[in-house]
Amino acid sequence: MAKTILEMHNITKTFPGVKALSNVNFKVEEGEIHFLVGENGAGKSTLMKVLSGVYPYGEYDGDIVYQGKVQQFNKINDSVDVGIAIIYQELALFPDLPVYENIYLGNEVKQNGVINWNQTIVKAKEMLKKVNLKVNPEVLIKDLGVGKQQLIEIAKALSKDVKLLILDEPTAALNEDDSENLLELIKELKKQGITCIMISHKLKEVVAIADKATVLRDGETICTLDAKKGEINERTIIKNMVGREMNNIYPERENKKIGDTILELHNWSAYDSQLGRHVVKDANLHLRKGEIIGIAGLMGAGRTELALSMFGNPKQYKLTGDLIVNQQKRNFKHTSDAIKEGMAYVTEDRKGNGLFLLQNITNNVSAAKLKGIANSGIINDNEEIKVAEHYKKSLHIKASSIEQMVGKLSGGNQQKVSLGKWLFAGPNILILDEPTRGIDVGAKFEIYSVMNELIDQGLSIIMISSELGEVLGMSDRVYVMAEGEIKGELSGEEADQEKIMELATQ
Amino acid sequence: MKILNEASTLIKENIRDYGMYIALFVIMVTFNMMTNGVFMSSRNISNLLDSAGYIAVLAVGMTLVIVIRHIDLSVGYVAGFLGAIAAILLMQQGLPVYIVIPIILLLGIVIGLMNGFLIAQLGIPAFVASLAGMLIFRGALLQVTEGTGTIIVQNAAFNALGNGFIPSLGQILDRHLLTLIVGGIGIIFYIYSELRTRHDKMKYNFEVVSIGILALKLAFVSTIIGYITWVLAGYNGFSWTLMIVLFVTIVYHFISNRTVLGRQIYAVGSNPEAAHLSGINVKKVTYLVMASMSMLAALSGILYTARLQSATTTAGMLFELDAIAAAYVGGVSSAGGVGKVTGAIIGAIVMASLTNGMNLLGVGISYQYMIRGGVLAGAVIFDVLTRKKGK
Repeated sequence: MAKTILEMHNITKTFPGVKALSNVNFKVEEGEIHFLVGENGAGKSTLMKVLSGVYPYGEYDGDIVYQGKVQQFNKINDSVDVGIAIIYQELALFPDLPVYENIYLGNEVKQNGVINWNQTIVKAKEMLKKVNLKVNPEVLIKDLGVGKQQLIEIAKALSKDVKLLILDEPTAALNEDDSENLLELIKELKKQGITCIMISHKLKEVVAIADKATVLRDGETICTLDAKKGEINERTIIKNMVGREMNNIYPERENKKIGDTILELHNWSAYDSQLGRHVVKDANLHLRKGEIIGIAGLMGAGRTELALSMFGNPKQYKLTGDLIVNQQKRNFKHTSDAIKEGMAYVTEDRKGNGLFLLQNITNNVSAAKLKGIANSGIINDNEEIKVAEHYKKSLHIKASSIEQMVGKLSGGNQQKVSLGKWLFAGPNILILDEPTRGIDVGAKFEIYSVMNELIDQGLSIIMISSELGEVLGMSDRVYVMAEGEIKGELSGEEADQEKIMELATQ
Repeated sequence: MKILNEASTLIKENIRDYGMYIALFVIMVTFNMMTNGVFMSSRNISNLLDSAGYIAVLAVGMTLVIVIRHIDLSVGYVAGFLGAIAAILLMQQGLPVYIVIPIILLLGIVIGLMNGFLIAQLGIPAFVASLAGMLIFRGALLQVTEGTGTIIVQNAAFNALGNGFIPSLGQILDRHLLTLIVGGIGIIFYIYSELRTRHDKMKYNFEVVSIGILALKLAFVSTIIGYITWVLAGYNGFSWTLMIVLFVTIVYHFISNRTVLGRQIYAVGSNPEAAHLSGINVKKVTYLVMASMSMLAALSGILYTARLQSATTTAGMLFELDAIAAAYVGGVSSAGGVGKVTGAIIGAIVMASLTNGMNLLGVGISYQYMIRGGVLAGAVIFDVLTRKKGK
């Protein structure tokens, strides 16, 4: 009988307005590889943040029992001290420092308070051997590929005598060879007695190496599957991931009138030279007038990148393939070109790149079409106020006045301002990136209703969403993306949660 | 009673905007008392405003540069260098004033576009790019004045820009007539534009302030314009420097508040990524703002050279820091997207008042620097504290 290394009892964590985890139970035995699986927002990362002390003791309810003792981590270092290490998807390495400095950063090899660099290098070499990485410890991190960087993160964890290693989607950014490599290493570490918790969206990996897999859904533990009992296979996992009851929260759309194709992609690829890989690969899709297409997929599938590559390419990807908008091949140089062709893009990250938080509602609403409130370059303030009042009323934006600073509004109302801004620009093709992320049910319903109204007016909508319910409830057709590729197209009738999840976890 | 309530809520809501005016008022009244009325005398006010002119125009441009989250350290020596070029063109090439001034302003724009290229196109941090410019133009200034040393400008029309006054057309009540007329026109124009704004708002059925408050505001601002006009008319009247600064302020105030370009500038400063995704050409805006900055530096150089009636080898030294200080005292925020042109002017006058007042009181230069530093820090602290409260 294996020893239990970690038990989390009835963990509940709430954020303002959202219950991220509710009474989660999670048990890990020593020396096993334990996967955490679930949809985006199921609570996997939150649970791991609770475990590693990112959310300190007292900010959650429930107990963490680690090595037989109830732990109260007040900061991340407390969990590091007892041998828990977490490696995030976005690596926490310093690109301009050499490998050995990165490995021992915060854990320097000291003699009388002075760093002994030679000793550090010698020790770093040992650690690199442990992760089967043959690189000179003196090279800079930025000169290594993502796969090797990932291994260095692990080496760093090993240097701190890790007993429980947590990896958050370690293979999301890796190619196949590197992923393979990493999984081999994890198995190797298991032999050395290191316990490993992995978050992953790639079910093939889970099936390949997991001893156990715990499925989370909507902040609750659904089940823990055991490989020894033959429970770990893709079908069972997916069934448990998605088995949510569908509520009828999506407003019905009457008389669907679908017209001609107005946007097409042929073999569309986008290469990100900073990341050194394709973020979109050989995408083919089409959008017709009066249609909502859903783009489903998990985090990092390349959906936002796809949207940006079509919308004037603000990230300067290298693009190949054809983008056809309004029956003509387009080569947009700037977002303003895409806007001129009737495209609009409501961003996923409304605070980061969607809104002007320090400005009021009025100035935000007019920002994408300043010409619409100006006469030969001179703004008509009153016309602008009229426009803002119009959208405040029609989108039910709850604010003390249109003079209110957008940063002070709630998430749902910010999203409506963002939507209002783009509706004022008068688009034919509206791209909505996670249109209801982080907003309450009431506001969601309102946004869905607005989408239906827009379709009635003859607009077409591309909706990127991680919420399966929303994708199924709103879309006429669904494209599923994973690893930058469109893995499949499903018609509204044939699409269901299992099929989408199957394609998304390929 | 109702009017008082309305007024007090208005003031509370806009404390950030009014803060500077109140500070300026307090500073002026204090100095006036301490100097037994010398500070507010016609001659001193006239001097004070003229001495603030070449910094004020820089502060206007600098405000917009800081609004888009950049900085321009080169403006001081660009002003010094172009001032020297102006002197050379006038005295050594013998070109007339009306040709020299456009040439100098154009050169300023070219320099600004070069800054814009480094910052917007190549992505070099503005601090570094303009620091390089500062060194280059300091060298260029020394180079062009090397043979001659200080170049004396003997051109009455040019020097009038820094020292001269608008013509008098005669005296009335022992006051400068044209100045009174200009001031009167200013008041009428102000009242007209306020009434028109109100009328437009009413046409759109928008809420407007009550007629009582409006009358109070009109009377208050008109009194201030009237008073300053009256004071200045008691000496030599409005100076050309003052007229130029007023012109620049009005144009920039209009651009930043009422035009598409102005909106784009504030949008870029507020959130450059969101601006880009909203179809705004961030690069173009950066080019324009940097070009306008260096054009104003050229203007500053002209004003300074004209004021000294000569181009010196050290002209422009530390102008950039005075301009940046004035902009911050005027309420610009380094986080971007916030800051007014009118604030920059007030900031420049506040800083000039401090110098002037302390000179009158015979405060030692060492204390002057410390006090000005303290005021700068205080202004920014005020800004940070009021922003936290926010709306």
